[in-house]
Amino acid sequence: MADACITFSDLTLGYDSHPAIHHLDGVVEKGALLTVVGGNGSGKSTLMKGIVGMLKPMGGACAVAPGTRIAYLAQQSELDRSFPAQVRDLVALGLWPQRGLLGRHTVKDRQTVSKALAAVGLEGFEKRPIDTLSGGQLQRALFARVLVQDADLILLDEPFNAIDARTVADLIALIKGWHGEGRTILVVVHDLDLVREHFPAALLLARQPVAWGEARKTLSAKNLLRARQYHEAWDRHAPWCAPDNAVSTARNHTGAA
Amino acid sequence: MGWIEAAFLVPFVEFAFMRRALLGALMLSLSAAPVGVFLMLRRMSLTGDAMSYAILPGAAAGFLLYGLEIVPMTLGGLVAGIVVALAAGAVSRLTVQKEDASMAAFYLISLAVGVAMVSIRGSSVDLMHVLFGTVLALNDDALILIGLVTATTLITLLVFKRALIAECLDPLFLRSVSKLGSPVHFVFLGLVVINLVAGFQALGTLLSVGLMILPAAAARFWSQRVETMCLLAIVIGALSSISGLLLSYHAALPSGPAVILSAGCAYVASVLVAPRGVLVTRLPRTAHRTA
Repeated sequence: MADACITFSDLTLGYDSHPAIHHLDGVVEKGALLTVVGGNGSGKSTLMKGIVGMLKPMGGACAVAPGTRIAYLAQQSELDRSFPAQVRDLVALGLWPQRGLLGRHTVKDRQTVSKALAAVGLEGFEKRPIDTLSGGQLQRALFARVLVQDADLILLDEPFNAIDARTVADLIALIKGWHGEGRTILVVVHDLDLVREHFPAALLLARQPVAWGEARKTLSAKNLLRARQYHEAWDRHAPWCAPDNAVSTARNHTGAA
Repeated sequence: MGWIEAAFLVPFVEFAFMRRALLGALMLSLSAAPVGVFLMLRRMSLTGDAMSYAILPGAAAGFLLYGLEIVPMTLGGLVAGIVVALAAGAVSRLTVQKEDASMAAFYLISLAVGVAMVSIRGSSVDLMHVLFGTVLALNDDALILIGLVTATTLITLLVFKRALIAECLDPLFLRSVSKLGSPVHFVFLGLVVINLVAGFQALGTLLSVGLMILPAAAARFWSQRVETMCLLAIVIGALSSISGLLLSYHAALPSGPAVILSAGCAYVASVLVAPRGVLVTRLPRTAHRTA
């Protein structure tokens, strides 16, 4: 059995005391290619944020193997497209883990950026201002940045949204390439047919894990039906979960009030 | 040649106060203009304005305690500016309120405190000095202060350039690879404060933001690269300083407004005729390429 890259132990993530991911247990092995599927509000993006460490767990833990370099492509990018930057500037941000704040970008770095652009089909786009890119071209450029980051663990949050079929095929080829290089990859995907066709494994979420395993089995009609029955809305009067001390204290306070 | 010399050289050759004013204004351009470029790119141009009001009570406290002395007024302004920047930043990071609202709240409180303090003792002449400065009365202390601020600013910008650009371009990405996002924001607000404080002796609290914002805003119409924009902003700031001082000398105008008006002219000219300005982008295009 391969080493663990990510270990979830009774992980609960959420907002305002409401869980978005409830009691997730399991191990993502090094070199795994795992899709994360589920409806809107099922906790997919929340899980990604939890793994990167942008969201602290409300309970349990999410442990990434020490020394793992993470590349994270967010669903809702905060990218400012009006910023006067060229495509090479955007992609060169991916050099941050290697070069940091002060390290000079070398000639070799410039070649790395150009190679990454070529690999995503954006050869010759180095000097294009980013506000002139189409949505699909921008997504390719962001994939080029992930390439440059040279990370061990790659988290892609809905990378195929609003992307044409040809670009999706290109991006999937890139992901498979990374998989072949032994990198660990988690991809949030909406298109279930795409998952069945191209990806080996899936984690089905519905604010809690519904199923996790081989993609076609995980996406069985029975599991999908179960996933559809969850409540997307928060229940303000839901009882407190997990009778650990902090929570039971809070519950007692509420009871007294 | 005689009239050119008389118009452009004589004022600086003959009068030491003009040379000091020129040196101060040029150093301010070198320092504040690139800070202004980043303020503008972060869509915080009005934050510069707000911060210039925020330093007022500190300057006023220094003035109340020690009179018109550069060091206490500067230190006071620095403290007030940093308190407002930190308070506004803390409220926006710890609550649901965004920084534009918290900054507005704190600078208004600060401005009211400042004006109230000046009115307790000062005459309206003193208030005019604090608000609008006198570039023609820069003493050694003021020039040394401006020099120190310029050096600090340029070094800090060079060190943090990459993080500042990353924080403007893609803040979420910076957060995913580095913990520098929040610190770099506060370092940057610190730069804004020290530059405003450096400028207020010369240009006054209300106008010191002018040399920061106007050259930067003008440079945006000429260039698509951050580095070029910074250099252009410095050049525009320096030219505005020179022409503003000459205007002030020949037309007997107050120096601060004259310098800022010159920068304003550079801005309006840029809006109109620069490659990314109104006229060029509105010209009908008859030719286009095949691919």
